[in-house]
Amino acid sequence: MTTLPQSTGKKLGLVIDLDICVGCQSCATSCKEWNTGGYSAPLSDHDPYGGDPSGAWLNRIHSYEFDDGQQAKTVHFPRSCLHCEEPDCVTVCPTGASYKREEDGIVLVNPDTCIGCKLCSWACPYGAREYDYDDGVMKKCTLCVDRIYNETIPEEDRVPACVRSCPTGARAFGDLDDPTSDVSKSVIARGGFNLLDEFGYKPTNKYLPPRKAEVPAAPVERQPEQVAAPGNTAIEKLFSWVDKALS
Amino acid sequence: MHPAYSVIFFTTASGAGYGLLFWLSLAEAVGAMPGGRWLSFAIIAVALTLISLGLLSSTLHLGHPERAIGAFLQWRSSWLSREGVAAVLTYIPAGLLALMWLFNIESGLSSILAILSAVGAAVTVYCTGMIYGSLRTIRQWSHHLVPLIYLGFAAATGALLFGFSLAICVSLPMWTTLLILVTTVTAAVMKISYWKQVDADPGQYTREMALGMPHLGTARPLDPPHSRPNFVMREMGYSVARNHAEKLRTLTMVTLMGAPIVLTLLAMLIGLTGLWLALAVIAAGVGIVTERWLFFAEAEHVSQLYYGAARA
Amino acid sequence: MNIQQPKVETSAPVGDEVKQTTCYMCACRCGINVHLKDGKVRYIEGNRDHPVNKGVLCGKGASGIMQHYSPARLQSPMKRVGPRGSGQFEAISWEEALETATEWLGTVRKSDPKKLAFFTGRDQSQSLTGLWAMKYGTQNFAAHGGFCSVNMAAGGLYTFGGAFWEFGDPDWDYSKYFMLFGVAEDHASNPIKIGMGKLKNNGAKIVSINPVRTGYNAIADEWVGIRPGTDALFAGALIHELFRTQQVDLDYLIRYTNSPWLVIQDPGAADDGLFARDEDGNPLVWSRDAEGFASGKAGDLSASLTGSRTLADGRTARPVFELMAERYLDEEYSPVAVAEKTGIPADQISRIAAELAHVAFKEEIVIEREWTDAWGRKHDKLIGRPVSMHAMRGISAHSNGFQTCRMIHILQILLGSIDCPGGFRYKPPYPKQTPPNLLPHGAVQDIKPELPLGGPHLGFPHGPQHLLIDDDGNPSRIDKAFSWDAPMSSHGLMHMVINNAAKKDPYGIDVMFMYMANMAWNSSMNTPGTLDALTAKDENGEYVIPKIIYSDAYYSETVAFADLILPDTTYLERWDCISLLDRPISEAEMMADSIRHPVVEPDRDVRGFQTVLIDLGARLGLPGFTKDDGTPLYPGGYPDYIVNHERKPGIGPLAGWRGKDGETFGVGEPNQNQLDRYIENGAFFEHKIAPEHAYFRHANRGYIDWGIEKGIRMSPDPTIFQLYSEPVQRFRLAAQGHGDRQPPARAKDRIETHFDPLPFWYAPLEETMVDTNTFPLHAITQRPMHMYHSWGSQNAWLRQITAENRLYIHTDVGKSIGAKDDDWVWLSSHHGRIKCQVRLMDGVNPHTVWTWNAIGKRRGAWGLDDDAPESNRGFLLNHLISELLPEREGGYRYSNSDPITGQAAWFDLRVAIEKAEDGAGHTEPFYEPIGTGNQPASPEKLAYGKEFRKAKS
Ligand SMILES: Nc1nc2c(c(=O)[nH]1)N[C@H]1C(S)=C(S)[C@@H](COP(=O)(O)OP(=O)(O)OC[C@H]3O[C@@H](n4cnc5c(=O)[nH]c(N)nc54)[C@H](O)[C@@H]3O)O[C@H]1N2
Ligand SMILES: Nc1nc2c(c(=O)[nH]1)N[C@H]1C(S)=C(S)[C@@H](COP(=O)(O)OP(=O)(O)OC[C@H]3O[C@@H](n4cnc5c(=O)[nH]c(N)nc54)[C@H](O)[C@@H]3O)O[C@H]1N2
Ligand code: SF4
Ligand code: SF4
Ligand code: SF4
Ligand code: SF4
Ligand code: SF4
Ligand SMILES: [Mo]
Repeated sequence: MTTLPQSTGKKLGLVIDLDICVGCQSCATSCKEWNTGGYSAPLSDHDPYGGDPSGAWLNRIHSYEFDDGQQAKTVHFPRSCLHCEEPDCVTVCPTGASYKREEDGIVLVNPDTCIGCKLCSWACPYGAREYDYDDGVMKKCTLCVDRIYNETIPEEDRVPACVRSCPTGARAFGDLDDPTSDVSKSVIARGGFNLLDEFGYKPTNKYLPPRKAEVPAAPVERQPEQVAAPGNTAIEKLFSWVDKALS
Repeated sequence: MHPAYSVIFFTTASGAGYGLLFWLSLAEAVGAMPGGRWLSFAIIAVALTLISLGLLSSTLHLGHPERAIGAFLQWRSSWLSREGVAAVLTYIPAGLLALMWLFNIESGLSSILAILSAVGAAVTVYCTGMIYGSLRTIRQWSHHLVPLIYLGFAAATGALLFGFSLAICVSLPMWTTLLILVTTVTAAVMKISYWKQVDADPGQYTREMALGMPHLGTARPLDPPHSRPNFVMREMGYSVARNHAEKLRTLTMVTLMGAPIVLTLLAMLIGLTGLWLALAVIAAGVGIVTERWLFFAEAEHVSQLYYGAARA
Repeated sequence: MNIQQPKVETSAPVGDEVKQTTCYMCACRCGINVHLKDGKVRYIEGNRDHPVNKGVLCGKGASGIMQHYSPARLQSPMKRVGPRGSGQFEAISWEEALETATEWLGTVRKSDPKKLAFFTGRDQSQSLTGLWAMKYGTQNFAAHGGFCSVNMAAGGLYTFGGAFWEFGDPDWDYSKYFMLFGVAEDHASNPIKIGMGKLKNNGAKIVSINPVRTGYNAIADEWVGIRPGTDALFAGALIHELFRTQQVDLDYLIRYTNSPWLVIQDPGAADDGLFARDEDGNPLVWSRDAEGFASGKAGDLSASLTGSRTLADGRTARPVFELMAERYLDEEYSPVAVAEKTGIPADQISRIAAELAHVAFKEEIVIEREWTDAWGRKHDKLIGRPVSMHAMRGISAHSNGFQTCRMIHILQILLGSIDCPGGFRYKPPYPKQTPPNLLPHGAVQDIKPELPLGGPHLGFPHGPQHLLIDDDGNPSRIDKAFSWDAPMSSHGLMHMVINNAAKKDPYGIDVMFMYMANMAWNSSMNTPGTLDALTAKDENGEYVIPKIIYSDAYYSETVAFADLILPDTTYLERWDCISLLDRPISEAEMMADSIRHPVVEPDRDVRGFQTVLIDLGARLGLPGFTKDDGTPLYPGGYPDYIVNHERKPGIGPLAGWRGKDGETFGVGEPNQNQLDRYIENGAFFEHKIAPEHAYFRHANRGYIDWGIEKGIRMSPDPTIFQLYSEPVQRFRLAAQGHGDRQPPARAKDRIETHFDPLPFWYAPLEETMVDTNTFPLHAITQRPMHMYHSWGSQNAWLRQITAENRLYIHTDVGKSIGAKDDDWVWLSSHHGRIKCQVRLMDGVNPHTVWTWNAIGKRRGAWGLDDDAPESNRGFLLNHLISELLPEREGGYRYSNSDPITGQAAWFDLRVAIEKAEDGAGHTEPFYEPIGTGNQPASPEKLAYGKEFRKAKS
């Protein structure tokens, strides 16, 4: 597979709901925990207890403030590989270690053949690939390929670690090629969008935008009943309403 | 982009080496090569040494140099792979030429080998340029002039080395002088025009596009995902202060463009060609490294939109 | 040259074993599946069957591997050999450690037990530690509640027998309108996240009231960026609007609250403001049916909410409802009047009130389901007011938090939304009585050598008669809890202990015994003063606090200041018991408790603290820990205790699988296989509440009777909501000069003002005592969701996420001082100043600055290098927060706490900000590193999991 597959059997990917993501980092640390012992083990850390700690992570959570001139809005923003349909991160790879799987569209790095030239990370506009200095190979989101088909774990757990752990339910996994899948439906229903669509890599992962607040049936202010109380004060009106209501 | 010294050394040394090989081969092919076989051999040896050192150094930044052989596999899609293949293929005619000179083998094949070497050199440098030129993630790189500038400076630094070699071993023919002047001026014009163009381009991608929600208004980063820089920030987020870059650009213009032209003219007009050209080689050496360093340091990667850049 | 797509091993077994236990990277106590491979932890995931987290994990829980293998783990018992704070220790054997502790503790117990102060921090075994302290006989015991959120616990328990604080949850399934007051993360970490996800997907509206817009507040549909300390004004204005627009649930008020109860109106009399009562002590209401007085406890549905009545003795009494209406309909609480102080526009307040009423009354939920109320009346449906609220430390960590919390509860109750479908729901064993029938023990007169306390330390005073004071009115306890300084301090005042002990105010102590509390750094107010107190020496050169015993699992800042270290295990290595006697893990629809059990063996010379405590109890010969013949009662340590201890006959630490063969639950004989049953069941026990017992549990006959049968409830009486709080009024009466226990002169005003039986707003105390022009800004902290106080920074993964903190300031504040992102500033309070870096944002109240809590670390601690960002650029606000308020007339300095409950007022802090030169590039104050004892060096790189990959190929 020198180049990208003509088409893939499925388009497996994630749908991330920015309307419910609270930025808790659960998906980031679950990802790290699963993957440091999984397909691309390890995800090394440098200076872990020192002045400049850093390491390879496959999923990172940003937060941004948006300002539309009225009120600032904070958005938590998880970011991992989007398993693009036409990404150069695969085609630039000189070794073929970076490839897109024919059967499900997952973009993977083969840790046994990667030479660590980093070119694929240069070709990714999303900053989704992270080089493991210790291991000398490129690491990236595997869509938890070693979970989603794993027959040694219960069927309901055959989802990516990040999806499995997300406490708010902001992450969903499925086939975005199948219009009947839950993920495809939520993308339609909620106006799911691509990151940096203009770039043309055709990401598979989709993001759902923050919803506009729906005020429950814009309430009409209730007009207090007028009463023939001496002062017609709010208190008198209240008491008279109470008496009437209870009698 | 992070300016990795191994990569800077690789592209500059192998660029000059391929340039030198290119001019030597052309001179040989058209029969314009002065001096005897030893001179030709010496020059091709220098060229191949520069090329080999460059290629070797490029493996230094690999995580797994021992697997480098795998890099030849994907020539259908990968410019890096193509470059590797071209480089290896170029070794064949160039190596044979060198052997013929070394063992004084006279053969009509030599001009064919020379032409193949020249083509190989040009193709390899073009591939190097296209490794960068094909990356749409970096607007300073995906520019159409990038492979041409790689070719241009390979030609200019190669010509300078070629001229210098002739000057110290035999004498500097006028066509070589002109070659140096023409290639240097061409490369300089391309580079300056490139700078003008990339400076005028604010970048077509914005942070809001990267986040995909322009309707929410302007965005700015609040908390980064990690306190300390990660790989993506170190590799792709390297940036150089504007005024520092200006100074380095001036240095590039002086050492890589101005000095070789002036010194070559001096050589042409005053004599003492060996001395002037030696100075020109030194100046251009400083210049090309500076130019290449800047090529990386000034390159802005789209991924940095997630880490605070407003445009890329 | 086409190469084949590689074959990927997609079905590799995760590990060779899975063990289920309970997470303890925070107090949420989620169920976890720990996958082990070759004896090492391969992966930790949430237990799908667990009542708390239902399979999910938080950011901390999912990085448990790095917590468990932290290089900061203590290695063995140690005794201090250098000066306190030097971190010079000598490793000793457990035998030596236990003998030393026994000797120190035994000496005190034989002479003057109060000279032991035993305080525990993030303790999840309080029913054991409390019992131990009781049997030891010191009155000086508490856990962290007093500096944490006692305002929420007390505010709720005195009002409706539950509390926001862990004792209840919004009805995430049915709620349509959710208001979140002052919460960044909370103890119910995963349940809140699961719940908010549900609300969003159900289309409910979320309104957040918080000066800062991050985390939960970021996803709220409406953000109310309130000015800190003014929530009671906001809630009061909502109540004002509900009354003004006549939208309150009258039926609910009559059924379940004391709003019809008649309050004596006789200013100056000793019973003014108390309920009018009949001979049996029942509060009186006016019955419209009987056209006369009736008992407020009889459930008379015709009880009148309005009308002054003349009592038999000729005095007047008015129903609570009228007093409430008067209070909140006053102009003082009108939206227009509160708009400026709260920073919330009046029309927004009115709109929110209208929305609340709309959802509560126009979108009510009706569930057809039979149930019987406390008075035996059958109902065929459940009426839900789908408005729910939750509040935590944004309310509680202010000195007006108790009253503010009560105000929010009143708002909920007026809307009829406590324990109804869609409202706020109790978690068993709640509700309790209002207030719970649990009184504090430990008056100094009752403390005798070698004599246990007469009852538990902490409780809920009903009036001055229950204070723990001596005959002169002085505090009995070292933290002055249950004294006139903080009469209703139901959780003690942990934040005062060290400083009081060092000042010998009210008296000195001999041994300070602490467990799991990082008091030498991020959990004390006035960190510098606390460090001085820990190292203060008397005229003989002896430490004023002579002996400090401390149990920690990690090399925290506090370790360096202790004399004897009892190293604990990590949460994967020990037995624990999360008991219904303590802080339950129940959810609204189920009663539940759980355990931890060792899933990996310790590789160090460490022991579970509870086992150590039980051992010490036996060595000291404490009743309850020794048999009659003096031998240990629980030779098997904590697991033995968990199974065999009985609080009352049949009631023990665990409710599940009781009875000889585990055939029953709640009440039953000890079952020797109980722990195995727990382990088989995933380390927890749950019992689903019967559907007819699921709502209105304050007055649900079935639930109440079932609760008594199962040992979680004492009284068959319903819990009647105390909108008007008589215990509070009793303290006020004392301040007005009534009764035989009256506050000292200096406290009279303070008590009279703050002990208002109806919630009201008053300005947080610090801002009434400092010049607010000099200190114009409020300074608060928030918990990062991925860090637990100080523990997170030793975690190699979590600390990459946040290794240093910034002070977040509004862009306008940034402009006014000319500061951009990352610039250094000086932040000063009346107490001190710190230097830190800023980050600008818009989603913050413009008068407020804030930072992430507990990121700043002291050099030398936690296995971190001296150049760690945490100790160079990370900082704490604690250096600015005084544990004492400025002097009042007369020179007395009160604790910087709520005057009612003693809750630490962390968020009352007022500050000034100015730009600073970056200078040395590090924070100030910048302490010398503490020594690192015998701790092993931390590794320079990590490639955790590499070994698993090798195993694969
Ligand atoms: N991840 C994590 N979880 C934890 C902890 C932890 O350290 N880390 N700690 C645990 C502990 S001990 C506790 S007590 C709980 C506490 O949990 P929370 O109650 O969530 O405590 P804080 O993080 O202090 O959040 C207080 C919130 O109140 C806001 N606030 C401050 N002042 C005001 C005010 O006057 N009005 C309003 N409306 N809001 C205000 C702040 O902006 C902040 O958002 O969390 C527990 N859970
Ligand atoms: N400025 C500011 N300060 C605050 C707050 C705030 O909001 N703002 N919040 C306050 C609140 S609500 C609280 S509850 C306190 C919390 O303060 P603390 O209760 O002191 O919490 P930690 O800092 O987590 O310290 C707990 C100690 O327990 C140790 N420990 C961890 N695991 C174990 C174990 O398994 N066994 C043993 N024996 N020890 C263990 C840790 O190493 C640490 O030293 O902080 C308070 N401080
Ligand atoms: S997100 Fe980046 S790494 Fe992933 S497929 Fe797209 S381009 Fe490649
Ligand atoms: S780093 Fe590895 S995967 Fe990426 S381009 Fe180079 S060889 Fe391919
Ligand atoms: S799918 Fe797997 S590898 Fe990708 S971000 Fe989620 S947990 Fe990480
Ligand atoms: S786990 Fe879910 S809520 Fe938490 S940061 Fe990730 S996507 Fe957001
Ligand atoms: S909320 Fe997180 S850290 Fe706390 S117990 Fe649950 S999983 Fe563990
Ligand atoms: Mo707390």
